[in-house]
Amino acid sequence: MADNMKFDLVSPERSLVSGEASAVQIPGADGDLTVMQGHSPLITTLRPGVLTVEGPDGTTQYAVSGGFAEISAEGVSVLAERALPRDEMTQEVIEGWVTEAHEAHKKAREFNNEPGPVDDAAKLLSDMVALGTHIGLDPKQPNL
Amino acid sequence: MPNLKDLKNRIASVKSTRKITKAMQMVAAAKLRRAQDAAEAARPYAERFNAVMAQLAGSVGGSDSAPKLLSGTGKDDVHLLVVMTAERGLCGGFNSSIVKLAKSHAEKLRAAGKTVKILTVGKKGREQLRRDYSDLLIGHVDLSEVKTLGYANAQDIAKDLLSRFDAGEFDVATIFFNRFQSVISQIPTAQQVIPAKFEAEEGEGDGASTLYDYEPSEEEILADLLPRGVATQIFAALLENGASEQGARMSAMDNATRNAGDMIDRLTIEYNRSRQAVITNELIEIISGAEAL
Repeated sequence: MADNMKFDLVSPERSLVSGEASAVQIPGADGDLTVMQGHSPLITTLRPGVLTVEGPDGTTQYAVSGGFAEISAEGVSVLAERALPRDEMTQEVIEGWVTEAHEAHKKAREFNNEPGPVDDAAKLLSDMVALGTHIGLDPKQPNL
Repeated sequence: MPNLKDLKNRIASVKSTRKITKAMQMVAAAKLRRAQDAAEAARPYAERFNAVMAQLAGSVGGSDSAPKLLSGTGKDDVHLLVVMTAERGLCGGFNSSIVKLAKSHAEKLRAAGKTVKILTVGKKGREQLRRDYSDLLIGHVDLSEVKTLGYANAQDIAKDLLSRFDAGEFDVATIFFNRFQSVISQIPTAQQVIPAKFEAEEGEGDGASTLYDYEPSEEEILADLLPRGVATQIFAALLENGASEQGARMSAMDNATRNAGDMIDRLTIEYNRSRQAVITNELIEIISGAEAL
């Protein structure tokens, strides 16, 4: 099977994982991608979603709320704005994230009603909701 | 000569002061450890972030399409000083050293004919700056309700800064904080955050940087990351400041405790002396009374 590569997951407040992985599935802004040993160097931004790591000790999943990933010859570093192991993703957490995205969307619409920022905020919100649905939590989508 | 009762009261009050400063010192020591851990935990993110940003900035920075956050507005007329201090006092020269640095900076800029605006984070800095620069203060961030500093706090400050920048309120933003060196030494530091400056860490590895693919485009990633960069830098500064504050308080309270101890010793000697004097006096009175008979 595939060789292992270095894998780091860090958030601004702490470093969550620093170890090895054989494959990492990243929720990229332009679509999901799976990184294995020998992937070409790439920097991509993340959308809110689930990060799946296949390591020597099995598969683990993390919910991330955005950030970016750097893939180099040495390995993968994911710098997430917020990241939590999937088990710690509770109903309250996802609701908090969704509410926050919703507020941001509302603000964007109120303050500068231009397509750019509003669309971005709307996308963030729908990604958050999709993240919640994906991991089986009902995010109680607020009305837009 | 103060009478015995006064001295006794005085000793009692200094003793309770010493108890308080001792307790504050121990609390600060415990908090310092936590603050240091937090600063430690945040380091990998900031380091990697800066490495990536330096690379991106290097490849995009030269072009005309570089975002304003990186290239600046093309002017440097209006400077915003973000002065980060503590919410509480009793931490030695911690607050005043930051304020002093910010003031000398402000004076230099004003002498050069620039406009200076000041945004304060933390109550103590605001109080000190209000005396001389009340007309320059444009805002204040209150962190007194915050128990543990989180990235969200830094994000809020960054958002405030960015919206002011977008509104054209300033051209250059500099943050002032204390870099944590050790418990007894904190270094007041000024760091420019807008336009962003990233020091490329050269000399590591083979030197030739890897050619990365970008998804989406380089410019889009940069536009997305720059605001985060501001938040990351502010977060790092807040954490450094937090650790410095506890360190400064710890050594200030250590000094205070020692001083209180010295004072108690001196007062006790004085108390004993005057007690003896009183006794001697009484004896003399009794003896001379007996002699008179």
